[in-house]
Amino acid sequence: MTTLTRPPKSSKSMAKRAPASNKKKETSSRATAESMAKQQREISVSEFFAKNRHLLGFDNPRKALLTTIKEAVDNALDACEEAGILPDLFVQILQVNESRFKVTVRDNGPGIIRTQIDNVFGKLLYGSKFHRMKMSRGQQGIGISAAGMYGLMTTGKPVTIISKTSKRKPAHEVLLKIDTSKNRPEIVSDTEHPEDDHLFNDGHGTQVVIELDGKYQKGKQSVDAYLEQTAIANPHANITYVSPTNETFEFPRAVKELPPEPKEIKPHPKGIELGTLIQMLERTKTTQLGAFLQKDFCRVGPGKAKELCSKAGITNRTWIKQVGHEQAESLYKAIQETKITSPPVDCLVPIGSRALLAGLLKEVKAEFFAAATRPPSVYRGNPFQIEVAMAYGGALPTEETARVLRFANRVPLLYQQASCCSFKAAIETGWRNYGMSQSKNSLPSGPIVLLIHMASVWVPFTSESKEAIADYDDIRKEMRLAIQECGRKLGTYMRRRKRMQHQAERRGIFARYIGEISKSCESITGTPAKKIYDALKKMADQKTAEADYQLDEEGNFVADDGLANDDNVVVLDPDQQVTPDQIETDLFGEPVGGKSKRGKKTRKKTRKKVTKKAGKKTLKKKTRKSTRSDGQPTLLGQENRKKKKKRIVKKKKVRRSRRA
Amino acid sequence: MAKKTNTSKKTAKKTKKKSSTRKKTARRSAVSKDRDTNTLNNIGSMATGVVKDSLAQTDPSVSIPLRTVTNMQFNKRRRILEMGDAAQQRALFNTGQARKFMQTILLAKGCKDLIEAEKTLSLRGMYYMSLHTIEGSKEKTFDDQSESDGILEDLEVSLNGLREELHVFAKKRGTMIGNITIIDNGDEIDCRRMGTGGYAIPSICEPDIIEFSKCEADFVLHVEKDTVWSRFNEDRFWEKHNCILTEGSGQPPRGVRRLLHRLNHELGLPIYCLLDCDPWGHYIYSVIKQGSINLAFESKRMAVPEAKFMGIRAIDFQRYDLSDDVKIALNDRDITRAKQIANYPWFEDRKDWQKEIKQMLKNNFKMEVESLITKDISYVSEVYVPERLKKKDFLD
Repeated sequence: MTTLTRPPKSSKSMAKRAPASNKKKETSSRATAESMAKQQREISVSEFFAKNRHLLGFDNPRKALLTTIKEAVDNALDACEEAGILPDLFVQILQVNESRFKVTVRDNGPGIIRTQIDNVFGKLLYGSKFHRMKMSRGQQGIGISAAGMYGLMTTGKPVTIISKTSKRKPAHEVLLKIDTSKNRPEIVSDTEHPEDDHLFNDGHGTQVVIELDGKYQKGKQSVDAYLEQTAIANPHANITYVSPTNETFEFPRAVKELPPEPKEIKPHPKGIELGTLIQMLERTKTTQLGAFLQKDFCRVGPGKAKELCSKAGITNRTWIKQVGHEQAESLYKAIQETKITSPPVDCLVPIGSRALLAGLLKEVKAEFFAAATRPPSVYRGNPFQIEVAMAYGGALPTEETARVLRFANRVPLLYQQASCCSFKAAIETGWRNYGMSQSKNSLPSGPIVLLIHMASVWVPFTSESKEAIADYDDIRKEMRLAIQECGRKLGTYMRRRKRMQHQAERRGIFARYIGEISKSCESITGTPAKKIYDALKKMADQKTAEADYQLDEEGNFVADDGLANDDNVVVLDPDQQVTPDQIETDLFGEPVGGKSKRGKKTRKKTRKKVTKKAGKKTLKKKTRKSTRSDGQPTLLGQENRKKKKKRIVKKKKVRRSRRA
Repeated sequence: MAKKTNTSKKTAKKTKKKSSTRKKTARRSAVSKDRDTNTLNNIGSMATGVVKDSLAQTDPSVSIPLRTVTNMQFNKRRRILEMGDAAQQRALFNTGQARKFMQTILLAKGCKDLIEAEKTLSLRGMYYMSLHTIEGSKEKTFDDQSESDGILEDLEVSLNGLREELHVFAKKRGTMIGNITIIDNGDEIDCRRMGTGGYAIPSICEPDIIEFSKCEADFVLHVEKDTVWSRFNEDRFWEKHNCILTEGSGQPPRGVRRLLHRLNHELGLPIYCLLDCDPWGHYIYSVIKQGSINLAFESKRMAVPEAKFMGIRAIDFQRYDLSDDVKIALNDRDITRAKQIANYPWFEDRKDWQKEIKQMLKNNFKMEVESLITKDISYVSEVYVPERLKKKDFLD
């Protein structure tokens, strides 16, 4: 896709370029092969996308503003992570006039060396990410340059890039334009700007400023929502955002550990098509077929290579040059028929259930949170992994349908929800099983936020603007399974909540009558009412507290009975599926749940429970209490959760087998 | 247990002290005081049980004997209904029972206050006495009187004492007239000189309140309702036949039943019942004779197993050649009820009764006592009843 050869169509710009005399002739007489040949010429990618800018997400001013921010932020995060730097982002939108905005995105990444700036920002389809099989936000290398191009086209202003690569080197500023007809950068100015060093506290980083025509509007598809969701999916990033209304939003870092660097993988034999296979055969540096299969693909060893070759009716010693179209086709057929191990999955770096929860807890005010990470799976030879997180109740609106937050490789997807695979998966899940109401072919209604993340070396988007994930059965199935996993937890919680409410009601009933009873008894027997009241009250509390406690014992939930202040109850779900090393990672991360405000009542009750139960349990509760009182779970608290997880493993196994 | 007796002694002393200072109690007999002490003891032990349970941190509950058909037996030898042993535990820490538990204790306390004050209250008065809003809520202790009435009945059973012993009475119902002189709470009442209205039978007819001083009557005629009773009274039936005439306004209240029981047991008077010829009338007879399901626990003090059924009989239509106009068709409910009554164990072995009910069903109509008025205004008092008495034609 580096170049596009297409017969020209009669359009305004083409007509302009064609000589006026020619045009006249054309209209009067039919074109000949020769006259047509005169008009046939190569089109540059940038020219193509300049005209078809909707393909890249610049269809309207509102979306253009969002896409610009999105591309810049994606690039910034990618750069930081690749360099192993915890991202610190600054995003500012300055309204110049009614429809013109100046977008500034600054990161603390490694910076870009002077020679590369031109190509990165001034050339479409130039980047590090297209040719490799590696998980990253950007894929094609269109994004930021397209944004710059859009800005240039709508305002005529060049893109300003300031980059600093190390403490010792001064920041340099480059102003550049894209020559659309040639898909080539055009440098306007190139100066060193030591005075801009203060922008980069870490001694390195990049700042992009693009001026463009746009429209700022709040709502579900706004820049605000995008950044909020980015913060959820990237709890390791710290984002400062200054909106056009000059409000400053801080999205603080919740996890101090960078996600591990995803590994690059070679293509999987099952993931390629015949044309690609032939192309690979043409380009390979190897000389023999066996070596080609083993070196250019993953999961093919000497044995598998031999098997493939023999199935195709050739040997693995066949010279590549001798492999013709026919052999290639039979080889392709052999690949489809042979069982080949799934591609390695260490190329995938999911956000991780804990980090997802951290992100959600940070940005969504709900009472129940659950997360599930599916084991990696494969579609068309591309490994992928699905993660789902769910928030329920709390301050979320109860009257509306569930809100779905979609992510692909940590990038929020805001548009075309209905055509997205994740949306379809959410619809086809039977939410009624989990105590939610759901009308046919729609999302469940209730205070639910559903987060779906797909991590893959190649996310199949429906278009270049990367708005929706294509609907592959394999992907949808994984998504559904993950939603169900969370849903079951939600269902359990809902049932328990009902039981807890019931307990609370019971306690209320008892408490109401105890006073009357003790007074009457005093009058009859002479025993002081206070004494009887205290004794009965103690018993009543015990009766209902026992029930509460049972929930804790068998349950996977640290749950409050939600007596009076449901709003403040935050339920953490410690039994998500996370690999041990991820827990380790999270253990050293920033504590989770900074926003979990707990009411006084809740805290009091916890204390009561503690005094009642002795031994181990007391210890457990105490730690929990400590995590609550300051709203910041301590390292100890998380460790305890891990222990608890171990304790309930047996039960879980039983449950699982039953389900199976 | 030691504690329990202690408290009851205390309360007993209290009562005695108080009662000695009162003038009115001078009229009362010693029985009353003993009875009150006994009731107070029962209330005390119930409350002590609750207190003990709560201090010992065990579920406090009160045991309430079941007042249902299932927990009721017919004693064939004594021919009365008796209550079985089945009891229901009413526990505080049970969402469904908590409120009732509270109400039970509350009314027990009310009864105790009442006994100590040596006063009596009506059921409605009792309801108002214990009615208040529960502290810290908008809930009232009772929603309506029926709620408190039910609890009081529970209390009677569980304390093993009559409602009257708890100093609670019901509305007066029933009248008496005849050759008897009684002493009602110290006042001598000559039932021969009660005019047209008669003596209103009080709700409490215990010996300490009503004493029989002089009785010349040979038997008691109990009629179903006021209108028939008036007929007999106007005709001076009781004078002519030397009897006592009572009326229970339909299903006789406890006072009337207790009085009939005492007249039968203490004075040895036979009781004859003149009731309608319908399942309702039959059941009134059954209640007088055997006791009711609801008050089975008090049958031994209220039932009159020797009571006889005088009429109206099903054959009376032919026997007295009554006109078709007096027929009242049986409806479905009457028919099922009649069959039900026929199956009661105390009717089951009575061939006469089986025949009687069968005849009524065969007739397919019922008759009221007033139907005899079609023959003559005083037919019932001047012909019908004397004839029955003479022929000794009764159903037993």
